[in-house]
Amino acid sequence: MPEAARSTTLKRAWTASDPLLSVRGLKKWFPISSGITQRTVAHVHAVDGVDLDIKTGETLGLVGESGCGKSTLGRTVIRLLDVTEGSITYKGEDITRIHGQQMRRLRREMTIIFQDPYASLDPRQTVGDIVGEPLDIHHLARGRDRTDRIAELLRIVGLNPRFADRYPHEFSGGQRQRIGIARALAVEPSFIVCDEPISALDVSIQAQIINLLEKLQSQLNLTYLFIAHDLSVVKHISNRIAVMYLGKIMEVAASSDLYRRPRHPYTGSLVSAIPIPDPAIEKKRERIILQGDVASPVDPPSGCRFRTRCPRAREHCAEEIPPLESYGADHKAACFYPLD
Amino acid sequence: MTETLLEVRDLKTQFATRDGVVKAVDGVSFELEAGETLGIVGESGSGKSVTALSIMRLVPPPGRIVGGHVKLKDRDLTTISEGEMQEVRGESIAMIFQDPMTSLNPVFRVGWQVAEPLIVHDEKKRQSAMGQATAMLGKVGIPHPGQRSKDYPHQFSGGMRQRAMIAMGLTTMPEVLIADEPTTALDVTIQAQILDLLDQVNREFGTATILITHNLGVVAGMCERVIVMYAGRIVESGPTADVFAHPRHPYTWSLLRSIPRLDADRHEPLQAISGIPPDLIELPSGCAFHPRCTFRVDRCSRDVPHLERVGETQMAACWVTQGGRDLNA
Repeated sequence: MPEAARSTTLKRAWTASDPLLSVRGLKKWFPISSGITQRTVAHVHAVDGVDLDIKTGETLGLVGESGCGKSTLGRTVIRLLDVTEGSITYKGEDITRIHGQQMRRLRREMTIIFQDPYASLDPRQTVGDIVGEPLDIHHLARGRDRTDRIAELLRIVGLNPRFADRYPHEFSGGQRQRIGIARALAVEPSFIVCDEPISALDVSIQAQIINLLEKLQSQLNLTYLFIAHDLSVVKHISNRIAVMYLGKIMEVAASSDLYRRPRHPYTGSLVSAIPIPDPAIEKKRERIILQGDVASPVDPPSGCRFRTRCPRAREHCAEEIPPLESYGADHKAACFYPLD
Repeated sequence: MTETLLEVRDLKTQFATRDGVVKAVDGVSFELEAGETLGIVGESGSGKSVTALSIMRLVPPPGRIVGGHVKLKDRDLTTISEGEMQEVRGESIAMIFQDPMTSLNPVFRVGWQVAEPLIVHDEKKRQSAMGQATAMLGKVGIPHPGQRSKDYPHQFSGGMRQRAMIAMGLTTMPEVLIADEPTTALDVTIQAQILDLLDQVNREFGTATILITHNLGVVAGMCERVIVMYAGRIVESGPTADVFAHPRHPYTWSLLRSIPRLDADRHEPLQAISGIPPDLIELPSGCAFHPRCTFRVDRCSRDVPHLERVGETQMAACWVTQGGRDLNA
């Protein structure tokens, strides 16, 4: 029996109604070395046991504070970083440890847009070469076709095709981010990790990039993992949101649900901490001010990682890690004493 | 009755660069009343930070104050000697910055740095200054202040460093505190802690505060009055509630509609502002915002509008609203 046929008899083939990407028990640890022998003395538990599904065509928002592991998770799921433990399945195929030819194929399926549009563009390459590089690597277009495709990509992201001969320093922050997006689109990916794509931009420019990402998604049937620390932006662009704290997912829910009815105390405090640009509303809001700082990911607290700052924590929270439990359709939270 | 503490009149600060003169602050006037919290909002390059540095006379070269006055009560800070100005800094006006790590000296203990403004102003006070510094660190919410005052800045987290900065600013009990993007480098839950602290400081010590930020949400929650800056000028000012409910300048109006709100019910596309902030060396003719403005009329590209009263409580520099048009209508 041919290989492909055998696998379908064993397992139902992947269809678009299945999750595009599934992550189970995912861990990514970074070693800390010390001394002259550079012996590994500890690990940074950046991602520490994450289960997550991303549906085809959706935008899953990933929020959390600096150091919570959200960028590491984003990079690990597209295999820019090696997996320490756990599995990643993409379109029904296990991609946790693939390499070589399979990896090259994967690189055309999934890609990433970075936060700092200046640091992620080579200053000595023209815009045309930056956008054209993925075309060369994957042998997608040559000569006249390549030039045409670059022009088309620049047009898609709202840049003048004549800009192909210019260098990154000639552009504003928003335009550079557009160049980064054009480069990401060159391989015609299905899945894009957007890692804080607007955080470095001026307020008046952020909306332009958010609107562009939304337009591209519906035009090109893209699936996004949208990573940001700003919950208002994430809520605007995402269908569902996952909240991360010290390497773990604390809550995942539909965007409006997460805002209206947060179950995890961390989500609750996060929602209450975001200022709303309306003085009348701000006057009436009550803030839950968390005490202290995030604990260290090198030596995370036992049990629930949030318990050291949690206003609802009890003894049990230190003894056992709370699992993600369902609260109605599409709403999960990892807390023993959830909010109503 | 309100008392004007600080008065800024037609302040102009410029940077002579190889490419030309950058008019970072170009004719800015405002007052700060005793005990109030005044917000200054704007994007990078709007001149909000340079305004603050000009008040403190800390504009880095090649920047120079080329015109206008800054009066603290009845003293003109632009004409007093550098020695006198040093006394004003710290004693009457304190400033806290966005990035506490670059503003704290890494080789001195935190407690000493918090006490330094007191010691500088009176060397005999060294002993009591250290005690006061420790007490102040406790007040701003540093746990175990006696012990932690012996730490170096790198032993503090980002939020604690910002608290230490605030303590440093407060030791001399200044009348004016200028906070330049004090929470931009911090996470939201830490931002909430620091804003809460600034609010407490304002209520407890009656310190008048100028809060500089790009975050309209922060202004909405913290400030009674707000100034909106664009390309080195004030384009709108007034009570925060009125400015947010009824913006009188198209820039303010568009900015409020371009940011996603956490409490938005339905998903609607954001109304993005087209174009980019202008080059300060070659400002557009007339109103600097006119190339990006959806309300513009012919006159906007010809004549520079000045800040005039529009509506009952607000001021705006806009030909359209000065001509009687209601942006919300």
